[in-house]
Parts: sequence; structure tokens; C-alpha cells
Amino acid sequence: MALLQFKASARNKVIAMIIIIFGTALLVLSMAISIAFGAANIDVGTVWQSIVSFDPARTEHQIIQRLRLPRALAAALVGAALAVSGAIMQGMTRNPLASPSIMGVTAGSTFMIAVALAFASVSSSIGLMAAAFIGAGLGAGLVFGIGSLSKNGLTPVKLALAGSAITALLSSISSAIAIHFDVAKDLSFWYAGGVAGLQWENIITALPVFVIGLLIAVMISGSITVMSLGDEVATGLGQRTGIVRALGFVTVLLLTGAAVSISGTIGFVGLVIPHITRFLVGSDYRLIIPCSAVLGGVLLVLADVGARLINPPFETPVGAVTALIGVPFFLYLARREGRGML
Amino acid sequence: MKAKKSKSIKVAILLIAAIIITFFLSLSFGSSFIPPIEVAKTLFGNGTGEYDLILFDFRLPRMVIAILIGAGMAVSGAILQSATQNGLADPGILGINSGAGFAVIIYIFFTQGMSFASPFLSIFIMPLFALIGAIAAACLIYLFSWKKTGVTPIRLILVGIGINAAFSALIIIFQLKMDPRTFTQATVWLSGNISGVDWSYVLSLLPWILIFIPAAIYKSRYLNVLGLGDTASIGLGVNVNRERRWLLFISVTLAGTSVAVGGGIAFLGLVAPQLAKKLVGPRNEILIPVSALVGAFLLLLSDLISRTILAPSEIPVGLVVSAIGAPYFIYLLIKS
Repeated sequence: MALLQFKASARNKVIAMIIIIFGTALLVLSMAISIAFGAANIDVGTVWQSIVSFDPARTEHQIIQRLRLPRALAAALVGAALAVSGAIMQGMTRNPLASPSIMGVTAGSTFMIAVALAFASVSSSIGLMAAAFIGAGLGAGLVFGIGSLSKNGLTPVKLALAGSAITALLSSISSAIAIHFDVAKDLSFWYAGGVAGLQWENIITALPVFVIGLLIAVMISGSITVMSLGDEVATGLGQRTGIVRALGFVTVLLLTGAAVSISGTIGFVGLVIPHITRFLVGSDYRLIIPCSAVLGGVLLVLADVGARLINPPFETPVGAVTALIGVPFFLYLARREGRGML
Repeated sequence: MKAKKSKSIKVAILLIAAIIITFFLSLSFGSSFIPPIEVAKTLFGNGTGEYDLILFDFRLPRMVIAILIGAGMAVSGAILQSATQNGLADPGILGINSGAGFAVIIYIFFTQGMSFASPFLSIFIMPLFALIGAIAAACLIYLFSWKKTGVTPIRLILVGIGINAAFSALIIIFQLKMDPRTFTQATVWLSGNISGVDWSYVLSLLPWILIFIPAAIYKSRYLNVLGLGDTASIGLGVNVNRERRWLLFISVTLAGTSVAVGGGIAFLGLVAPQLAKKLVGPRNEILIPVSALVGAFLLLLSDLISRTILAPSEIPVGLVVSAIGAPYFIYLLIKS
């Protein structure tokens, strides 16, 4: 009986359907804009032609196939992955400030990438992605470790502070490594965060991980709804919290690690999108997770277009654009001292 | 009371001794080693030309700067912690440093390639710009964390983290518009760096430190009262808001002008006052000068480490401070 209370209302389900259908349409549209727009403007008709009937002799088709298509696709995937990671973290920890960048997960990934570049001269995308996974685990493990050592447990504020301290620590060590081993230029790509210049091979390596991560996220979304009611309620309802928590943790590492390995540090997507989605569709994670994926993709594709518009022909890192979008939202949450919204 | 006073004096003497020892070690060690005897000879005016150059033009100004910035940041943090009654307050975490950094980046961005701003003049104008940026950041933090019920420490620090992220993003946007050489310079400066300073930097920072640290010590008795809480302070006849504003202004000025010369050195303003409090207790008229000594010692030591740990390459001193300061911050977080 108790469960019924928390089931999504019919209204929320309708809104979720609308978001998924129109959101996907919007995603396709914004990807089309992203592909058409650039140093050489290409009309949408040519974009369509280059996809359905690719002609290698035409430069425009080459640009679209080689450069712009992977870029738009990567933005959509990374945005979706970060948003879903954030949603899982917020649901499992019942903490409105939880998100990959605030909790040190992305900083951990960047740190391990620096280590891999400097000490092992890793350059393959699989190797870098493996490093990013390990680093994501390291960052998250440190932040949660601090939280569990702390006397009063993980309050939202402590989590944010521990996250920023771990981020500062790991990024200063990575900078020192980068300067000493002369890989600063390679590493700056991961710091600035962006999807420019991505090749198909980067995406193809990461694609299976994204797909698996998103599938697990959808599969455990019902359990996360139960977890978001609190540990005692979840155990009372017969939820095996240990397994769900482990699965959720692995999913966050997969999605965030893959995202960082191809695009570097892009903050605030994982914070903002789950909140907006929760506001729209209510507190059932079976609706929040798929809707977050769609909206996260839309946000990052559009932010990437915006990043190209701010200062043409130069590119602004998309991570800076998402930060400027995300900070006002973070300030709003901060004024509530991390309470509510969940 | 008397025993406590003599203990504080002992602590101060020990700290000064530690600073002097580190100072002489710093003179000897670096990209090239100078034997202590040669250092002494050079200091008394009998050195070779090469040692004269290294010591007087490279190492000495740098170490004086380390002492000034260390003291400035530490006092800034001590005031912030007492005035907001928050042990985790720090100008770096709160975004005051990145506000100052942003203003300096803007200044560099708009003057690169301009002839009227001679390098020498720039060194003296930059602290003013940094000050404006630091004050802007502080006002934003205060504005966003203000509610009818006042400003709670938690809200202040969360808002500070947000402001910090915003200024950092703006810094990146402007930085990437610079030409590659300026870009690299800005990156190194932003991660907290005092290599390559000369005596003109010392001159540009010295007045600020000489005016505002004594001002902080003079105002420190009000800090004690503010620490009792607003109602008690008003009961004791202190104009709470006016005194708090004055103290915060001193704190922000010290942080901003230090950033102008040394870049974003985080965690120093957090760690130094906390250590000082462990040594001499929470009375501000003693705590503030001791914080200044601890800060000067820590930055001098970090600078020595930054020059020697990965020699011959140097790492920005701010990274060393973070590597020491962040674990201490985490320790405080676990304990609180």
C-alpha cells in the first residue's frame, strides 16, 4: 500500500511522455543546428543529404561526417550521461547538491588521466577511459570516505565542502604532474572541457559504456525511487539497499568516467538537469532518469552551440558555459542551505 | 592570564626563529645551490657578481613577497573566520580570490599590447584592480547569502563556492581570448605563483600590508566581541554591523592585494589561523599577529618546497599550499 502513494501520478506520467517525445525532437533539432552551424555555415538540407547519401567528393559532406556529426553526438551523449549520473547520486544520497562535478568524481577522472599521460604515456582512447573510470572511483571514494568518517554523517554542506577540497587537492597534484612531465598542454584539454575536435573513434570506444550505463540506470530507477525515501523505509519495503547502492555507484562511475574521458570537465549539467526534471515530473526516478537523459543531451548540445557563438571564430570551453548557466541555480540551492527540493 | 601571555610570547619567538631559519635555507637552495658561507659573504657585500644577482635580484624579493603574502592571506582568513564565526571560511574557498583574479585578468586582457601602461606602472595598478574584484566578489557573496534572518555561516560558504565557480568560468572565457604567451603567463599566475617577482612587486604590496595588518590588530578587540554573537555585542555597546563591515573590508583588502601579486593561493587563509588558534587560543589580539607569523612561515616553506621538490623544474607555490592545506581542511571537516 505504501508504495502506491509514491507511484507517479497520471499527470506526471503524461508530462514525462511529453518531455521524452518533444525533448527528443528538440534534441534532434538542436543537433541539426549544431551540425549546420560553424566556421563554414552549411544549410540543413546539405546536412540531411550528407547523412542519407554521403558523397566523399564534397568538402561539406566531409566536414559534416568527420567533424560536426561526432561533435554533436558526443555533446548529446555526454550531456545525457552527466545528467543521469547526477540524478542517481541525488536519489541515492538524498542530497540536493550531489552531482559528479561537485562531489569530486570528475576531478578524480582528470587526475588519473594526468597520471596515465605522464607515467604510462597512455594515448589510446581505451586506456584513457580506463584511467578515467579508476579516477572517478577514487574521487567518489575519497569524498564518501570523508563523509562516513565524519561524526554527523554526510550533510549536503559537508558533501559540497569535501567535494571542493578533494577537487582542489587532486587538481593541484595533476597540475604539478602536468608541469613537471610537460603534459600540461595535453591535460588542458581535459580541464577546459569541450567536445570540439572529437573523432569517431573516441565516440565508438565510449558508446558501449554509455549504452550499458544508461540501461542499468533505467533498470534500477524504480529501486532508486524507493531509496530516495530513506534507508529505513527502503529496508522496510524489502529493498536490498546494498545491491542497489553498489549498482548505482558503478553506473555513476561508468557514465561519468566515459563522459570525462571524451570531453573533460563539464560541470553543473549533473546538478541542474535532475532538479529541473524533478520539478517537472515529480519524485519518481523511473520518470526522472529517462527525462534527465533527454534534457541533459539538449542542454549540452545547445551549450556547445553557445560556446561557439560567444567569441567567434574562437571556441569558448563548453564547461565555462555550463558553469555560467549552473551557478545561478547553485546559488538558489545554496540559499536554501541544501534543504528541500528532494 | 600571565602564564598565557608568556606562552604566546614563546610561540611568537619560536615562529620568528622558524621563519629566519627557513629564510636562510631558501637563500641557499633553488635551481642552483649556494653554500651558506657564500650567502653570508654576499649579504655582507663581499660576494661575486653572479651570487649578487641570484640573491639580491631573484631570491630575496621573492622571499620577502612570500612573507608579505603569507601574512596578508593569514590575517585575511583569521578575520573572516572570527567575523563569520565559521572555522572553514577562507578567501580562496569563498571566491574572493577568484574575484580579484578575474579583475586582474580583465586588466591584463584590455591592456595587452597597449603602450601607455608601462610594466612598472602596471605592477602598482594591478593591486587596485584586484581590490575592486575582491570587493565585488565579497559584496555578491554577502548579497546572495543575505536573508531577513541575517547571514548564516553555512549559507555564506555555499554561496561562496557558487561565486567561486562563476568567477572561475569567467576567467577561463577571457583567458582563452588571450594570445598564447599571455595565456601561459596568466595560467601560471592563477595557480599561485611568486617566481619571477622583483623589488617593484615588493614595493607595490608593502604599503597595503603595512597599513592593513596593523589596522586588523587594532580592530581585533571588536572581533572578540563579535564572536560572542550579535545580541551580546549590541548589549556591550558595539555597533555590530559597522564594525563587521570594517573588519570584512580589511580582510578583503588584504586578500585582494595579495592575489594581485601572488595569484590564487588557496587554503592558506584557512590553515594558518587554525594552526595559530591551536597554538595561542582564540583571543584575537594575540591570534591575529600569530596568524600572520604562521602564514608567513607556511608560505616561505611552501615556496622552498616548490623550488626544490621537482628540481630543476619549479611548480607554482599555490599548488604546494593546496597539497598541504586541502588534507588539513578535510581533517577539520571530519572533526566538525
